[in-house]
Amino acid sequence: MDFNFKQEQQQFADALRRWVDKDYGFDVRHRIIHSASGVSDAAWDMLVELGMTALPVPQEQGGFDGTAVDLLLVMQELGRGLVVEPYFATVWGAQFLKLAGNQYHLLQDVAEGKLKLACALGEKHSRHDLADIKTIASINGEGYRIDGTKTVVIHGGQAGALIVSARSAGTQRDTNGISLFVVPADTPGITVRDYRTIDGQRAATVQFQHVAVPASALLSKLGGGWEMLDEAADYGASLLCAEAVGAMDALFTATLDYLKTRKQFGTPIGGFQALQHRMADMYIHLEQARSMAMLAAARMSCGDAEERRRVVSAAKVRVGQAAKFVGQQAVQLHGGMGVTDELPAAHHFKRLTMIELTLGDVDHHLERFIAQRGFQQHS
Amino acid sequence: MELTYTAADLAFRDTVRAFLDANLPSDLQKKVRNHLRLSRQDYVRWHQIVARQGWAAPGWPVEHGGTGWSATQRHIWEEECARAGTPPILPFGVNMVAPVIMAFGNEAQKAHYLPRILNCEDWWCQGYSEPGSGSDLASLKTTAERSGDHYIVNGQKTWTTLGQHADMIFCLVRTDTTVRKQEGISFLLIDMKSPGITVRPIIMLDEDHEVNEVFFDNVQVPVQNLIGQENKGWTYAKYLLGHERTGIAAVGRSKRELLFLKKIASEHYKHGKPLLQDPVYAAKVANLEIELMALETTVLRVITRESRAPGPEASLLKVRGSEIQQMLTELMIEALGPDALAFDTDYLEGKADHAVTGDDAAAPLAGYYFNFRKTSIYGGSNEIQKNIITQMILGL
Repeated sequence: MDFNFKQEQQQFADALRRWVDKDYGFDVRHRIIHSASGVSDAAWDMLVELGMTALPVPQEQGGFDGTAVDLLLVMQELGRGLVVEPYFATVWGAQFLKLAGNQYHLLQDVAEGKLKLACALGEKHSRHDLADIKTIASINGEGYRIDGTKTVVIHGGQAGALIVSARSAGTQRDTNGISLFVVPADTPGITVRDYRTIDGQRAATVQFQHVAVPASALLSKLGGGWEMLDEAADYGASLLCAEAVGAMDALFTATLDYLKTRKQFGTPIGGFQALQHRMADMYIHLEQARSMAMLAAARMSCGDAEERRRVVSAAKVRVGQAAKFVGQQAVQLHGGMGVTDELPAAHHFKRLTMIELTLGDVDHHLERFIAQRGFQQHS
Repeated sequence: MELTYTAADLAFRDTVRAFLDANLPSDLQKKVRNHLRLSRQDYVRWHQIVARQGWAAPGWPVEHGGTGWSATQRHIWEEECARAGTPPILPFGVNMVAPVIMAFGNEAQKAHYLPRILNCEDWWCQGYSEPGSGSDLASLKTTAERSGDHYIVNGQKTWTTLGQHADMIFCLVRTDTTVRKQEGISFLLIDMKSPGITVRPIIMLDEDHEVNEVFFDNVQVPVQNLIGQENKGWTYAKYLLGHERTGIAAVGRSKRELLFLKKIASEHYKHGKPLLQDPVYAAKVANLEIELMALETTVLRVITRESRAPGPEASLLKVRGSEIQQMLTELMIEALGPDALAFDTDYLEGKADHAVTGDDAAAPLAGYYFNFRKTSIYGGSNEIQKNIITQMILGL
C-alpha cells in the first residue's frame, strides 16, 4: 500500500501547475473562452511542450506510457486551473486507440500534439447509456458507411479525428452489435456544429451522412465493440473524477481564504460556527472524493472488468456527490460574489456541475454499481 | 502509488487468518456475529488468547510487548479480527491509559501496570466525563486534594463504559482551582476497590448495562498513582486523544456488518422479491457501501503515511465512521420492517437459545440501532470533531 506519487509524476504535475499559474490565469482564460475558437493554439503548444500529449501514449509510438495514475495528477492540475483546451477529449480518445492496438500512426500524431481527438458516442435519446445507439454502420464495399447524429461531443469541433460508436447489428440498446471507428473529421458527409458550453468548454453536434470509411477505421471487432467502449468510458470517467478533485481543491482553498478575510459584524466570517462546520463538511467530502479518485485510477489496470466497473462507478458517484456539495456550498459561503462571473469560484462550480452530467451522473453510476454481480453477494 | 497489498502483506494476512481460524472460540464468534451481549469473561478470555500469542498490543513499542508490525500490518490485523468476528480488545487499557503511562509515567508505574494491561489482569475504565462536563471536558469538577502521601478524591464521573467490571480507573481530577481550567487538572490512576467508590448503573435505551456513574467520596489515592506532574493532566489527556484513533473509523467491523445487512436484506422480501433487489432500498445500501469504500481508502491514506502520526484527520474518520455504523443499523431495521419490533433480552443475554419469534438474526437489531446512536456522541461528539477540523486543519 503506497499512496505516494513518484518524484517524476509529481514533477510533471508541478511543471503544469507552474505554467497554469503563470500563463493560464483567470483573465487569460476569460479571453480564450470568449474568443471565436474558444481554445488557444498557444496553450495547446505549451501542453505539447510540457509532454502532456505524449504522456498517455505508449512508448512505441513516441509517448511516455503514462498510466491512469499519471493522468490523475495531470487532470487534477487542469481542474484546478480550469483549463479549457481539448486535452481530456484527446486523452480519452487515445484510450480507444490504445485498446484497439491498430492505430499506431494516429497515436504517434497524438503524442506529437499534431492530432486532437474527440469521442462521438452520445445521441439525443441516449442520456448516459452508451449502448443506446441509433447511428448505423453498414457494409460499404471493402469498408463501412456511417449514418446518424452524435450530440454533445466534447471538443468535437476542435478534433482532427473522431471516435465514433455505431450499430452494425442488434436493436437500439443492445450491447451486442456495437462497432467503434476512428474517422478523420474532414471526411465528406460529416457536419460539425460547434458551440460553447456553460463551463467554458466547447462541444458539438456531429452529423454523419453517408460517411464512407475504410475497413482500417474499425477499432473493435465488427459488432463486438461494447467491452472496449465500456472500458474506455471508465477511463474517461476516472479522468473526470481527477479533474473534479482538482477543481474542488481549488474551490475549497478559495472558500477557506474567503472565510478568513471577509469581515462582517466586525469579525472574519470564518469565526461563525455555522460556517465552520459547513467548511468541515466540505473538507470531509473533498477527502472522501480524493480517495475514490485515487482508487479508481489505481484500479483502471487491475485486469478485472467487474472490479474496474465497480470502483469507477463508486468513484463517479462519490465524486459527483462531493462536487455538488462543495460547489454549492462554496458559492453559498462566498455570498453574492459567488454568483458573479468575476470569481474563479463560480467557474469551478460550473465545471464541477457539468462533470457530474458527463459520462454518467450519480444515479447512473449508482445503478451500475448495483448491477454488478458482487453487489448481491453477502458472504 | 500502489493500492494493493504486497506479497509480504498477503502472507501476513494468511498468518493472521490461520491464527484466528485456530484460536477464535466458536461460541464467542457466534455471539459477536449475531450481535449478542458479551460478558466480562468473554472479553477477558479473548484478550488472553491474543496475549498468549503476543499480539494483544500491536501498536506498543516492542520493548513493552508490542509486535513491531508496520501500520499496514496493524490494519490487516484489525481488519481480519473484525472480519472473523472476534470480541474487541477493549481500548481503555491497551490504547488509552497505556500510551500515557509509557509517555509520562515513571519506571515503577510502567513496570507494574503495562504487563498487567497486556495480559488483561486489570480491567481499566475511563474517568473523564462528568455530569456537568461533557464536550467541555476541561470544566471538570472532581477534586483531588493532597493530604500527606495521598490524594483525597471527591466528585462524580459518568458514562463510565463497562466500569462495573473494572479493577482500575484512570481519572482526570482537579488539583488546582485557582488557575485557568486546563492548567489545574491532574491524571490519576485509582483502584476501583478503594473505599468510598460507588458504581451505579446507567441503563441504556436498549436496556443494556453498558455505562455507569462512578461516585468518589473521600477516596484515598496514593500519590505514587499520579501520572507525570501535578496539574499537567490536560496535556496527557490530549496526548491520549491523539493516539491510535484511526481505529475509531471501525472500517473492518462495518465491512462485516455490510455483508450481514445484505444477508438479511436478501432474506426479507418486498413485493415477492428479496429487498436487496428493490431499487429504492438497493440505492441506499449502495450509497453506504460507496461511502465505506471511500472511508477505507481514506483510512489507508492516513495510516500508511508513516512519516507522521495520524493527527486531526482522525476527526474525519470518526465523523464518517460513526455515521456509517449508524446507517448500517438503520438499514438493518428498515430491512426487517415489522419484524424489528420484538424485544427479547433473554435471548440477547444468552438465557434463551433462540429468539421468541424464531428469528435469531433479527432479534438484536432494533436494540443495536438504538444503542448505536451513541457512536456520533461518544469519543468527542461529531460536532466537537468538526470543531477540531475547524481549528487544527482549516485554521479558522
